[in-house]
Amino acid sequence: MVRDASPKSPHTRHFLLSFLVGGAICMLGQALWLCFEALGCNEDEVRALVPMSLILLTAVSTAAGVFDKLAKHAGAGAGVPITGFANAIVSPSMEHKSEGFLLGVGANLFRLAGPVLAFGSAAAMLYGAIYYFASKGGG
Amino acid sequence: MAKRVGQKTLVFEHAPQIVSFASVGGKMEGEGPLANGFTILTEDDKLGQDSWEKAESCLQASAISHALKSARLQAEQINLHLGGDLLNQCIATNFAMRNYPIPLTGLYGACSTFALALGMGALAVDAGGFDYISTAASSHFCSAEKQFRFPLEYGGQPTPTAQRTATAAGAVILAPNETPETQGICVSAAVFGHVLDYGVSDPNEMGAAMAPAAFDTIAQFLRDTQTAPQDYDLILTGDLGAIGSRLLLELANRDNLVLRDVHRDCGLLLYDIQKQDAGAGGSGIGCSAAVLCASILPQMRDGKLKRVLFVGTGALLSAITPLQGENIPAIAHAALLENRTHQ
Repeated sequence: MVRDASPKSPHTRHFLLSFLVGGAICMLGQALWLCFEALGCNEDEVRALVPMSLILLTAVSTAAGVFDKLAKHAGAGAGVPITGFANAIVSPSMEHKSEGFLLGVGANLFRLAGPVLAFGSAAAMLYGAIYYFASKGGG
Repeated sequence: MAKRVGQKTLVFEHAPQIVSFASVGGKMEGEGPLANGFTILTEDDKLGQDSWEKAESCLQASAISHALKSARLQAEQINLHLGGDLLNQCIATNFAMRNYPIPLTGLYGACSTFALALGMGALAVDAGGFDYISTAASSHFCSAEKQFRFPLEYGGQPTPTAQRTATAAGAVILAPNETPETQGICVSAAVFGHVLDYGVSDPNEMGAAMAPAAFDTIAQFLRDTQTAPQDYDLILTGDLGAIGSRLLLELANRDNLVLRDVHRDCGLLLYDIQKQDAGAGGSGIGCSAAVLCASILPQMRDGKLKRVLFVGTGALLSAITPLQGENIPAIAHAALLENRTHQ
């Protein structure tokens, strides 16, 4: 009964928007890549500079109150790239500024990103172990 | 003295009168259909404070001070204050009342708090011993998001069933009636609801969680008073939103009660959900408090509405209970408001 009365999420629109915005963010990344290359950075430097620029852009747009409006429409398109992670760090630190620097910002900085870090590290360790033993066995 | 009719309804012999009321709204509320009714609207949702919690306290204090002003009363003349909000430990209410030397009783009934405060206030006034009792309730979108959901600037996608917590507050001052021939608006009956759990567990579906409680309380009241929906100008629920309202009408239809013509929901009155970004409608304690004080009570004062059953509905959850796999039980309290002057 509840399901019948509730409107469905507009999946097609969500998919389309996240595809377009996600794609646009990736294009922006590619454009930054080309810019840095043109400025004479070598590949290693470009690899570091592109994500750093995207993180900075997200942090600034989060602080300016723009990112959440974009993400509301773009969903995973804005959330899945590194931009989502940056937003998940910056937004709680802004929110909890009123509780002080140490126990407010410090304690809540990873409130949203914490699970990603914890399980991301765990998955990396597991994958690393599998890779280690598989490559040992094979070679 | 109050008299119990039927199983649960309390009818007040000397129905306490509403001597004044006031409402305060935030920016988005000021862009909604009820903008003209608010006593005060603020452009700055922070109200010049440095935290959302302080801003909410200010909101509530402002509603109380405007209600006092409109009744030409000093805080010292009020014998009891009944108030509540959504924040942990009712902190917005407690801190708002630092500025007033009024004995305080904090109430919590989630979004049903204002109906609960009116019912309790009327009960106390009718029992005697009070010259004036003030009631108030508030909620703030930003402090509620912070406590129950995500940081404000976090980029998340809300489900279409989610409701928007109102940045609003309302306050009402009650006084005794010496004679049964009441003048003006009065609270003539109340029914306190019980906790109902229909197994809804998604915090984005609070309207659905609350609809059965709203129906139960309305049906109880109609049964106890042997009246029908058409005996009322308005049965006002707060706040079921679009989905909860639909479910309420469906539940009522199953019981052969036709609410469609008389039912309105505060969550759908506060915002224009077609134009404003309010999801399935408004919610939060301040929503029903502000809609009542900004739209319904003024209409009652002008004689446009004479009998209004105000049904506050509350979804009972904390920030951690849904994570622990708990359902969201709900409660609904109702107060019957009447204007007998224009009969």
